[in-house]
Amino acid sequence: MNSQDQENRLPRRRVLQWFAAVAAAEGMALPSTLGQEAKPAANGYGQDPVMAKSYEKGEAWPLTMTETEKKATVALADMIFPADDLGPAASEVRVADFIDEWISAPYPRQKGDRGAIVPGLKKLDEECQNNFGKNFADLSEEEKKKACDIMAKGNHFFNVFVNLASGAYYSDPRCWKALGYEGNAPYGGPFKGPPEEVLKQAGVEQTVD
Amino acid sequence: MSSRAACFWATECGRGCSIRANYQSTTVHIPPADATGNLDIIADAHVREVIVGKDGKAKGVLFIDKTTGKEERVKGKAVVLAASSGETVRILLNSASGKGISNSSGLVGKYIMDTVGSDMSGQIPALENLPAHNDDGAGGCHFYSPWWLYKEQKAGKMDFARGYHVEISGTRGMPKGNNPVPGHVLQGLYGTELKEAARRYYGSFIHIACRGEMIPNEGSFAELDPEVKDKWGIPVMKWHWKWSDHEWNMAVHAQKTFAEIFESAGGKGLFDPKRDPKKTLLKGGQVIHEVGGAIMGADSKKSVCNQWNQTWDIKNLLLCDGAPFASNADKNPTETIMALAWRAADRLIEQARKGNL
Ligand SMILES: Cc1cc2nc3c(=O)[nH]c(=O)nc-3n(C[C@H](O)[C@H](O)[C@H](O)COP(=O)(O)OP(=O)(O)OC[C@H]3O[C@@H](n4cnc5c(N)ncnc54)[C@H](O)[C@@H]3O)c2cc1C
Repeated sequence: MNSQDQENRLPRRRVLQWFAAVAAAEGMALPSTLGQEAKPAANGYGQDPVMAKSYEKGEAWPLTMTETEKKATVALADMIFPADDLGPAASEVRVADFIDEWISAPYPRQKGDRGAIVPGLKKLDEECQNNFGKNFADLSEEEKKKACDIMAKGNHFFNVFVNLASGAYYSDPRCWKALGYEGNAPYGGPFKGPPEEVLKQAGVEQTVD
Repeated sequence: MSSRAACFWATECGRGCSIRANYQSTTVHIPPADATGNLDIIADAHVREVIVGKDGKAKGVLFIDKTTGKEERVKGKAVVLAASSGETVRILLNSASGKGISNSSGLVGKYIMDTVGSDMSGQIPALENLPAHNDDGAGGCHFYSPWWLYKEQKAGKMDFARGYHVEISGTRGMPKGNNPVPGHVLQGLYGTELKEAARRYYGSFIHIACRGEMIPNEGSFAELDPEVKDKWGIPVMKWHWKWSDHEWNMAVHAQKTFAEIFESAGGKGLFDPKRDPKKTLLKGGQVIHEVGGAIMGADSKKSVCNQWNQTWDIKNLLLCDGAPFASNADKNPTETIMALAWRAADRLIEQARKGNL
């Protein structure tokens, strides 16, 4: 399938309308028309965590993602990080669970991201219903691509989502190879500087021992 | 204290080294102190004030047991406050039922300082798409440049009087929950294309920080807040802050220097050229090197502590954090705090043995 075909599936005018609507939805609390109502996030910081204890899911603060939000998150994260030669799919390393933890947390930065993610997911499903009669998670691969292409043109929700998904994805050791992180391994002695091939490519010489 | 293992270049230092090779008081100072059998630790104790006897000597401290909310007391031959400079000042000012102690000079709370901070990030194309390799050994603060323009300052060629050091960080560090590359290089991408871009840019961003000396001034001081109290009803501090031209001009100099460093490495500083470089100066307190407030000096009328960290007014009361700092050299404060505390402790033991407390 070429990109011309994809372009034809969705009339250009609708694409632009959608683009404008998604951009306008940033930070807006929209009335619920789809799926469950978003749950309220935790209030206050509470006590410091007990470092010697391993916490159950949702124990530090209640997890707030609804089923519908979670489905859209899993599907969108897999579009951003599909399984390929560079590493596993986002769903394999549970990126959606990380995002759920993150946006449910009671801290200012996380609350800010929640303000982009929750209405953004809702808007995404609404637009998919309007255009395809299905939620994002239920779209075909091609339809998902169409939706992502539109959001990738410039959309606050999408940028925030990519940032959180990247943080989650690359923090899993199974994804370090995709990034080129090879650390966290003893050198078996002092650090001797970067390998020769690295110095060569960067066009520098090592001048200290 | 010297029983720590050497760094083995693995496991995240900031999360607590897995072989305890890093420095932190909980694993470096407390175990040997505990091993003497002479240490009692009282947890959840929130000190409100120093108890002073009729003879003018410190007798102990009064604290709130945070588990019960009750007032408790501990007694001692000497009292050493090391609650971090701001809190030590607060305890002094809240003592004697809020009248304050060790303050005959009127200088408790005055001349508070932080480090002068002004930062810049940049991107270096030569570092893009490097072969994957382990450069954890280059991470942390393994690049450091001391101040280099003493002669120019002496010759009167600079518009600020003190120096700054430069901390350089970046490298292919372990991803820790945040996006390992700045979001803007991934914008508009998803799928394999996004992964390739992340791979390309990872490790090509460098962060340079100016950490400079602040000159103490009259406009930077702390006092008890007349209204706000903490949950135990104890007045909190109110902060006043002023930078002088020395600090503002230092930030401007740092910004110019850092932009040149990135350019000469074939890269670019990530900043808006239309910004006011003075505005890059971080706010007082943001570098978290808060010191001062109980200045050390040779004259009891012009200082709070003597050269041994003892307060002039109450000799068996010692301040062993950053509060006695009379200046805040560009060096980060902790080692100086520890060196002075060590010296003060040696002196305290010697004086106690002689019966001079
Ligand atoms: C994130 C961060 C990074 C830093 N990085 C560096 C660095 O790289 N290099 C450097 O030199 N410095 C650094 N600093 C600064 C350095 O941590 C401080 O200067 C240093 O810890 C101060 O030591 P202190 O003993 O005075 O106070 P603290 O280490 O703060 O200890 C004070 C203790 O007193 C207790 N306390 C406070 N109030 C009361 C009360 N009312 N009753 C009972 N107990 C009380 C506190 O719980 C605490 O345990 C950094 C600071 C921060 C926050």
